[in-house]
Amino acid sequence: MARFEDWSEQRAGELIARHAQQEGAALPILHALQETFGYIHRDAVRMLASALNLSRAELHGLVTFYHDFRSAPPGGHVLKLCRAEACQSMGADALAAQAREKLRVDWRGTTVDKRVTLEPVFCLGLCACAPAAMLDGQVFGRLNPKRLDALIERTNRT
Amino acid sequence: MSRPRIFVPRDAGALAAGSDEVERVLVATLRRRGIDAEIIRTGSRGLYWLEPMIEIAVGGERIAYGPVGIGDVEALFDADFLDGKPHPLRLGAPDEISFLKRQTRLTFARCGIVDRLSLADYRTHGGYRGLERALGLDPAEIVEEVVRSGLRGRGGAGFPTGIKWRTTAQTDAPQKYIVCNADEGDSGTFADRMIMEGDPFVLIEGMTIAGIAVGATKGYVYIRSEYPHAIETFGRALEIARAERTLGPRVAGSSHAFDIEVCAGAGAYVCGEETALLESLEGKRGMVRSKPPLPAHRGLFGRPTVVNNVISLASVPIVLAEGAASYGALGMGRSRGTMPIQLAGNIRHGGLFEAGFGVMLGELVDDIGGGAASGRPVRAVQVGGPLGAYFPRALFDTPFDYEAFAARDGLIGHGGIVVFDDTVDMARQARFAMEFCAIESCGKCTPCRIGSTRGVEIIDRITRGENVTDNIALIEDLCATMKFGSLCALGGFTPYPVMSALRHFPEDFGAKSGLAAAE
Repeated sequence: MARFEDWSEQRAGELIARHAQQEGAALPILHALQETFGYIHRDAVRMLASALNLSRAELHGLVTFYHDFRSAPPGGHVLKLCRAEACQSMGADALAAQAREKLRVDWRGTTVDKRVTLEPVFCLGLCACAPAAMLDGQVFGRLNPKRLDALIERTNRT
Repeated sequence: MSRPRIFVPRDAGALAAGSDEVERVLVATLRRRGIDAEIIRTGSRGLYWLEPMIEIAVGGERIAYGPVGIGDVEALFDADFLDGKPHPLRLGAPDEISFLKRQTRLTFARCGIVDRLSLADYRTHGGYRGLERALGLDPAEIVEEVVRSGLRGRGGAGFPTGIKWRTTAQTDAPQKYIVCNADEGDSGTFADRMIMEGDPFVLIEGMTIAGIAVGATKGYVYIRSEYPHAIETFGRALEIARAERTLGPRVAGSSHAFDIEVCAGAGAYVCGEETALLESLEGKRGMVRSKPPLPAHRGLFGRPTVVNNVISLASVPIVLAEGAASYGALGMGRSRGTMPIQLAGNIRHGGLFEAGFGVMLGELVDDIGGGAASGRPVRAVQVGGPLGAYFPRALFDTPFDYEAFAARDGLIGHGGIVVFDDTVDMARQARFAMEFCAIESCGKCTPCRIGSTRGVEIIDRITRGENVTDNIALIEDLCATMKFGSLCALGGFTPYPVMSALRHFPEDFGAKSGLAAAE
């Protein structure tokens, strides 16, 4: 179930060092950190600020500007539901309500058992197969209430 | 008999419809039946209602079957589909399917047909003819060829691509850049994604030609993080191009150097705006820059930079290969060439429709698209993404053309059409436009940052029935402020969906006749 490594300052240091010299290094490093740990640990913000010679305030501003970066560990699975217009036209709002109800979380929330984090996404480019979702990086289209239930059910199995 | 070849799309839209599962069952069935066949992973043809659509090569011709579910595979083998034999899912030759037959595929000529990661396949199907011709021209001649073709930015702004190139070419700098804007955030659009996943080499070729034309040796492709499959496929295509030396210090054996790097976005819609994109590439918050200076003069890292959309760049090879006159002969008015139109949302035949400019909106929605997927009447379409206007059926006689849409207070944007049936609540859509702007605003200018939040509140008051006439006047005023006072298109164009919803669908706002009376 654990797709991410536990926070490790040493590991974070390695990831930062790997990219620190390239131009425009901040985003690639933040992506690498989040891919490894699932979120941006507050100590990572301090370390990255120091590596890039930026203030912690500047780096905080950077991290919080981008919707992708989380400040807390996600659940074992991340379910992203598209909320944009093409999916709205096919009933995405009702599906979103269903998911929040079923998982008992609001957007960006993680279930009590830490199994699933529910995130909104504004367009996956699957607008001709709406409504669409992404579960742990895998894409799903033509959702309906039944298929969404099945998708949520998947997170219970692994 | 030669080894059968089965083409299975690996485009994200096909994956979302289950094409990987179908491929797995195909592989297992072939093994069990002892059949030696080759499975080739392609992009998508863009007929998404038929995905997963698999194709067989029979005597040099393709035969398509779809939509294929995992439960259909056994029956397809029983019906000898490998020989193109009849089956209820048999669609015949894909090029004869009306949706494809009516198109003029130039930019998307190979998408869904070729092995997306085979440079040999790319060349066999006409790839690198554009670069070959470009290498025989002076850089200035390449620029003028693109100017003459009439190609305009396909990202939405519609600025002439060749003029951008000329501006950058005329600057003198030790380093220039080609930046490809692949931050395709508009709902209802997926053309960039399809190209990067289905024919990545055409984008590499287009960027290489741009680099040679303006004197840039380095390119960046900024791909949104919501497109992990495009990032992966395009990244692999870059490795292949480098290995085969069509990228690197001596492009295709010439004296020109060019290489490309991929950078992933991080979920900020505003980074699709070119100056915010440059800030993001530099590792900063995606804050919009004031212009001037233009990116063409001072762009990435302060260097002269061409920023073009994926489709603009992917259209360059065909412009060079066939000549500006041939490309420019298509289209209408000042909109030359072809536009990949994307039919999305509540539509029966959703997908990619590339055609010369000038097709009527109604023809696209009702005829080509087949109306709403729900079977209910189509009530509204939003053209051009979240910042595009909502058009009612009364405006379905608008030809798909930059100026024709502008004349009716709309825009074609990146070419997406999102269809809504008669269950849509247009006040809710107007509110969403403001809400989306509030979520995605970079915060640099006040009309966008504050106006969007006030806009949500005003629309809420209108739908609650509070001082409807006064609040409608207020939202009109707010929209005018946002339109003329915002720094970029996010704040500046959010009034399009809001005002069009109010103007064309006043009944959803509880207004007696809305703006019609005010005009």
